[in-house]
Amino acid sequence: MKNKLDLELVSLTKRYGQTLAVDEISYHFGVGTYACLLGPSGCGKSSTLRMIAGHESVSSGAVTLGGRDISNLPPAKRGTAMMFQNYALFPHLTVIDNVAFSLKMRGVAAEERRKRAMSMLDLVDMAALSDRLPAQLSGGQQQRAALARALITEPDVLLLDEPLSALDPFLRIRMRAELKKLQRELGITFIHVTHGQEEALALADEIVVMNNAIIEQAGRTRDVFEAPKTAFVALFLGSHNVVSMPEGKVAIRTDAIRLTKPEAAKLPGTITNIEYQGTHVALTAAIPGNQDVTALLPDKDFFGNPKDVGEAIGLDWKAEAAHALAS
Amino acid sequence: MRKTSITGWLLASPLSLILLVFLAAPIAMIVVVSFWGATEWAIYPAFEFENYEFLLTSSVTSRVFLNTFKYAAITWACTLVIGFTVAYYLAFHIRTLTWQIVLFLLCTIPFLTSNIIRMISWIPFLGRNGLANSALISWGVIDEPVEWLLFSDFSVILAFVHLYTLFMVVPIFNTMMRIDKSLIEAAADAGASGWQTLWQVIVPLTKPGIMIGTIFVLALVMGDFITVRFMSGSQSANVGRMIQNDIALLQYPSASATAVILLVTVLLLIGTLLRFVDIRKEL
Repeated sequence: MKNKLDLELVSLTKRYGQTLAVDEISYHFGVGTYACLLGPSGCGKSSTLRMIAGHESVSSGAVTLGGRDISNLPPAKRGTAMMFQNYALFPHLTVIDNVAFSLKMRGVAAEERRKRAMSMLDLVDMAALSDRLPAQLSGGQQQRAALARALITEPDVLLLDEPLSALDPFLRIRMRAELKKLQRELGITFIHVTHGQEEALALADEIVVMNNAIIEQAGRTRDVFEAPKTAFVALFLGSHNVVSMPEGKVAIRTDAIRLTKPEAAKLPGTITNIEYQGTHVALTAAIPGNQDVTALLPDKDFFGNPKDVGEAIGLDWKAEAAHALAS
Repeated sequence: MRKTSITGWLLASPLSLILLVFLAAPIAMIVVVSFWGATEWAIYPAFEFENYEFLLTSSVTSRVFLNTFKYAAITWACTLVIGFTVAYYLAFHIRTLTWQIVLFLLCTIPFLTSNIIRMISWIPFLGRNGLANSALISWGVIDEPVEWLLFSDFSVILAFVHLYTLFMVVPIFNTMMRIDKSLIEAAADAGASGWQTLWQVIVPLTKPGIMIGTIFVLALVMGDFITVRFMSGSQSANVGRMIQNDIALLQYPSASATAVILLVTVLLLIGTLLRFVDIRKEL
């Protein structure tokens, strides 16, 4: 589309009085990636996004885009565009006027901006509703309009603040596919803030897991998921057990655990719960030390050798499936 | 089904009764009396158009109505500018809700004294040898007292603006507080300057509040008589003064007719304004 620029956070810090919201985080986002900032609420992910967008001042550190320090530029001069959590469409303007708003601010002639806004609306499949007011649109349609409005400024980086949280679960999955498709087509960097691990795994090429104002772990999504470095990351991404072993805490994927006889296993346990999940069966067992371990078993394996709650079992896994965690 | 309809009527009756007794009946009475006749010494029930005929053909009426409109228009413009500015400051520049409430209550403190006291307190300030003139003379801005400060259109409008600006501040502030702050950020994201954000986003979204404030101020200024009397030193007239004069002379039919014309004028004015802005969302 155009020469693409990479975004980098350099010791980025945000303080609100005494509170540290973002603590010297550094990360380099690859060009044209779909990145997710993932973390629980209050972890600093939204503050980070808002600092990149320019809606929050940077306390110290810098945000650079293509090597240029943009930390102190006004939002519109940064080469970023933001899609707000509640979409923030102007309620008094029609969809097309919302999309053309930034062109109008720049003094683009009415006909020209109408044309460009229309082509942007075509891109998000909203051309037919261009004359509606935001209040006359459904959540998904509002989101498309907001996307078109953000993209018309031709940003190098699109910032999305919990874009799917206002949608119902069904629509969320559909819109998530469309976001990904749009990002692939445009080839620009998307930075997407979310607290949903499923959403992050589904979308992200790169994932940045944040907690307590710092980056717990970041990198390519699969690398992070395959080898979580901390207990927080393992638990937040889900599908992992964190088990205290004599050699320290380890993370083991739930689907890497196999059932054996108690004597031969790495851990003995007692089944406390069995959940049928269609293709899989999630089996929870209590192990010594008051811990729970979940094993995700393919349904055929489980029903080939069914177990019952209260039964003693052995839990086993391949040595390479266990990842030592930083304490 | 029948029972619920009776309950409905019963529930609606207190308000209907109040409106009927205190609003509809008095207005009906005024309309009826406006058709009555009067001589120097008597009022007699009748149905004649003499009062209206006299009013609508007299040049005094049109002059007084014009003067009333002038007061209303200038007061409206001043209260709008001041009210919008104050509300904007409170809504967008004061960060914490506590301070917003504190400052907002501060705005209402003058309302703890009566209208008349607040009005009269201007007199020693604006008078020929008042504070304003002596200060200006001592600063050397003027050589002799300025005459138009008191008992003039200036002082009337000054008092109106002082009395009624809060009626503009409150509804505008109320509307502004409902504007999603992320809209301002979205405007900044789209490259809008401060003025562009103000004109393209905030003013359009504040219109219903402006309209409600406008209705308050227009209704108050159009119906006022006491401010005009005190602050103009009985040298200017508006419609309220005309009605008051008639009442003082016990010319109730004529006063009623003037009141009816005023009521119709204000209703037409407000009706026209409401065609432009939908205030239903604010109510």
